Amino acid sequence: MIGRFSLSGGQPFAADMPETVRGLALEFSLPGGELWRTAMINLPVVPASTPAAFYELVLASAPDPKTGKPDPDQMKSFLARHPESEEAMKVIKGRAVSSGFDNSPYHGLHAFRFINAAGDSIPVRWLITPEQSFEAASTASAPHDKNYLFDALVTQLQRQPLRWHLIIIIGQPGDPTHDPSIPWPEGREKVDVGTLTLDRVESDETSVATNINFDPLVLPVGIAPSDDPFLSARSAVYSQSFTRRAGETKQPGATPPAVVRKGG
Amino acid sequence: MSTERRQFTAFSRLLHWTMAAMVLTMLCIGVSMVVSLAKYHVLVSIHRPLGIAILILVVVRFVNRLLNPPPPFPATMSRVERLAATASELTMYGLMFALPLVGWGMLSAAHYPIVLYGPLHLPSILPHNAMLYAVLRKVHTILAYFFFLTFIAHFGAISFHTLVVRDRMIERMAPWSIRP
Repeated sequence: MIGRFSLSGGQPFAADMPETVRGLALEFSLPGGELWRTAMINLPVVPASTPAAFYELVLASAPDPKTGKPDPDQMKSFLARHPESEEAMKVIKGRAVSSGFDNSPYHGLHAFRFINAAGDSIPVRWLITPEQSFEAASTASAPHDKNYLFDALVTQLQRQPLRWHLIIIIGQPGDPTHDPSIPWPEGREKVDVGTLTLDRVESDETSVATNINFDPLVLPVGIAPSDDPFLSARSAVYSQSFTRRAGETKQPGATPPAVVRKGG
Repeated sequence: MSTERRQFTAFSRLLHWTMAAMVLTMLCIGVSMVVSLAKYHVLVSIHRPLGIAILILVVVRFVNRLLNPPPPFPATMSRVERLAATASELTMYGLMFALPLVGWGMLSAAHYPIVLYGPLHLPSILPHNAMLYAVLRKVHTILAYFFFLTFIAHFGAISFHTLVVRDRMIERMAPWSIRP
């Protein structure tokens, strides 16, 4: 079992911000050499219903070269064309943001199918929920240390193991499996299938996790993709970005081994 | 009229046309999948086992070629053409062997599971090394384009002889049997 924490944005030296999307990608090594990879984030839904809409959203939220900030008119126009994204953003804004990586839930976002030995399949979604108690992200405008989220995680992991529960949400017939912007109705059966314990932390520069492509379609037998078009799109894009990243000379990261050793 | 065999053996011809179809399918899948979002997963799921099937068949084919040498070149081929034909055949054998092997190696170096179908997967043949992956990934593309060029040269040469020189060269490898 190995994983990688991340903040979205693709800027390695950007300051940690509470509202930046947090990610936890996991790889389960299974008997017989099978692997299961899942790249999860702390948003419950994707703010776009198709890969094409997601692409438009990325363009609409790109910083304007003149101002260095996204153009609000672009976003307004995107939301006018995509009311379903506006709905998804309400769900996203409605969640309570926790103080750190340790007490965040991480959502698998997409629907998958669990298949039994007889070949029957059921739609599922999954998330991991933290055992670490919730504490709201500070809303004070006092500036945090630039690397405060990662530093805190390193300190916590050196003090004690961190635990999450893997929760499988069982879908009902008619629950949308093709659209990760729509949450499934409340009250779906949830099964706690196990505890994830992370007890060791390493720097980006020394961990093998840095060189793993957490492609959401690396699945073991028994888990199959749903009809969600994001899955194939993520697989394709991750393969492309992994290939580009693999061929680059490695630059020192924001959490070098020395920082991880001394603990935050 | 010479009684010498003018045609490849039936088994050689079967291997040739089966693998021709497989290789062309592979080249088309390869160039499509790297630019497709929606079909990427389906295409890559076909690309892996088909590549390994080619790797196995090319070994069979190489042994078969040693056991059943090709018929003599027609008299209409110059010495240079014969050399070029032999060289291009060897190149294609080499590529049919190297391309799947580089593909297998690059997936190993990237620490991807090398899934053929369901639980059936191949072992890793190289250590997990991102830079090695990046190099092999590039080599895979270059070899594939080179294979496409070699195929066009092969196709062009046979077409030229069959249609322009009219020496019935295609009959050497024709799926149907001709009288010697």
